[in-house]
Amino acid sequence: MMISGGAGMAEVLVVRQADLLEARRKVVSVDGVEIGIFQVGTDIYAWRNHCPHQGGPACQGKLMKGVEERLTEDKQSLGIHYKDDSLNIICPWHGYEFDVRTGRYDGAGGLRLKGYPVTVRDGGVYVTL
Amino acid sequence: MSDQHKISELPIIDAFTHSGDILAKVGQQSTERRMDDYFIVDVDSHIGDAEAWPEILKYIENDATREAAAFFGGGTGRGAYINSTPGLQLQHVGGRIPHGAALQEKIDDKSVPRVVTLARRAIDAMGLSYQVFFPSALLFLGMHPVREMEVELAIAYNRWIVEHVLPHEPRMKAMLYLPFNTPEAAEAMVKRFIGAKGVVGFLVTSTRYQPVHANEYMRVYSMLEEAGMPIGFHAHHNWNNEYTKQLNRFLSMHALSFVLSNMVHLTNWVINGLPERFPKLKVMWIESGLAWVPFLMQRLDHEYLMRVSEAPLLKRLPSEYMQDMFYTVQPMEATNMKLLEGTLEAIKAETQLLYASDWPHWDFDVPSRVFDLPFLTEQSKRNILGGNAAKVFNLEIPDRYKAKY
Ligand code: FES
Repeated sequence: MMISGGAGMAEVLVVRQADLLEARRKVVSVDGVEIGIFQVGTDIYAWRNHCPHQGGPACQGKLMKGVEERLTEDKQSLGIHYKDDSLNIICPWHGYEFDVRTGRYDGAGGLRLKGYPVTVRDGGVYVTL
Repeated sequence: MSDQHKISELPIIDAFTHSGDILAKVGQQSTERRMDDYFIVDVDSHIGDAEAWPEILKYIENDATREAAAFFGGGTGRGAYINSTPGLQLQHVGGRIPHGAALQEKIDDKSVPRVVTLARRAIDAMGLSYQVFFPSALLFLGMHPVREMEVELAIAYNRWIVEHVLPHEPRMKAMLYLPFNTPEAAEAMVKRFIGAKGVVGFLVTSTRYQPVHANEYMRVYSMLEEAGMPIGFHAHHNWNNEYTKQLNRFLSMHALSFVLSNMVHLTNWVINGLPERFPKLKVMWIESGLAWVPFLMQRLDHEYLMRVSEAPLLKRLPSEYMQDMFYTVQPMEATNMKLLEGTLEAIKAETQLLYASDWPHWDFDVPSRVFDLPFLTEQSKRNILGGNAAKVFNLEIPDRYKAKY
């Protein structure tokens, strides 16, 4: 099981693992702190539902593959295509895209979502706030 | 889920989500920042007029045109006569920004037009006192190949707003479209609708090839000046001219063409001395962002000083006339705070800048964007978010805010 994010204090049961497996993503408010919990394969990630752009609900947006522009060896463009194995969460307000596995903005600028540690126990997904 | 903690689930946002849910965080931001005593006016918002198009067509006054409209869109009238281009359809970034395509949320209330309910939802979610809205569907109409069609559709649209929409909601205000390619029709439009309830100004969509200093327009300007009504130039894209045709991505085209049209019109406006001819006319530049303004100020001052013989009506520098004009915030370029601070200073933001969201378009700005600017005084923030709009549009400030304005 994957742990993401920084140090925290209180561990809170946020969702049943079976529900998350089915939905792939749950966004919850825990005492007013909004968190998106994502299941990718066997890994689980938790990110704050707060976009670094204008504070939008980043985790409530669309999940989509990221893209890349492919080039030939002599640098000619082959166009824009999905990146294999990628998954981005896209803020619904203006489209900032973040890699669900790392929380990093999927482009230049060094932006990222704040992460929370996740543990799974007895069929429950816990996030440390 | 947990005994000691209060946990609730939040919805996934898609094209069918309630505007109040999409914008829920705007309310949270305003609570966190204690903005509830701020009088906020959104001077550029859009309503779902593409969906209402069949309803708008009923207001076409030429019965032959009106009846033929019903045969468009597979018999629905959808899209009838509209000369739109692929540009607007790309707002949603390949489905990534759901509200960028259209607000498709469910509305059960049939007592008012759907657009009124959508507007009320945005007004409530953003804590607005007033919302001035613009005709999304007409933003490209200035490029219509049939000149008379611009006039017919503009009249229908303005009647729809004045007769069908505005009477339901006093917080909704409108700037009405001028069919600018036919100056006499623009004059007739002003005469017909000036004083209509909820009409706070008139609008020229900037995507068109008409020089704003042409003599045929002087009567319209003078009518608006006399009535104390602002004229707004609302930018839009143009992917069809020889320069922008070279741009292969929406982002490139959008970045340049929303500014280009207003740069051309503003340059003609100033260099031909229109501020000297109509010193009291309130002129507003809408939806081109802000970064272009200090560029143009410097550029025009520089050239003017060397070629004064080409602009004899000017008694001040071009940049000084530009400081008397009004600008809307959105889309506010804010990746370099130093440059933004200089920009706001250059345009005299405290009195000349007006908050605009452009909701529900893909690059909308929320009120906290202005509130969070670290270099503005509280008074400036209050003016930009609402006070300046109250002055320009003669809006009544509700009692609960009056003490601070
Ligand atoms: S707030 Fe998330 S993209 Fe703008």
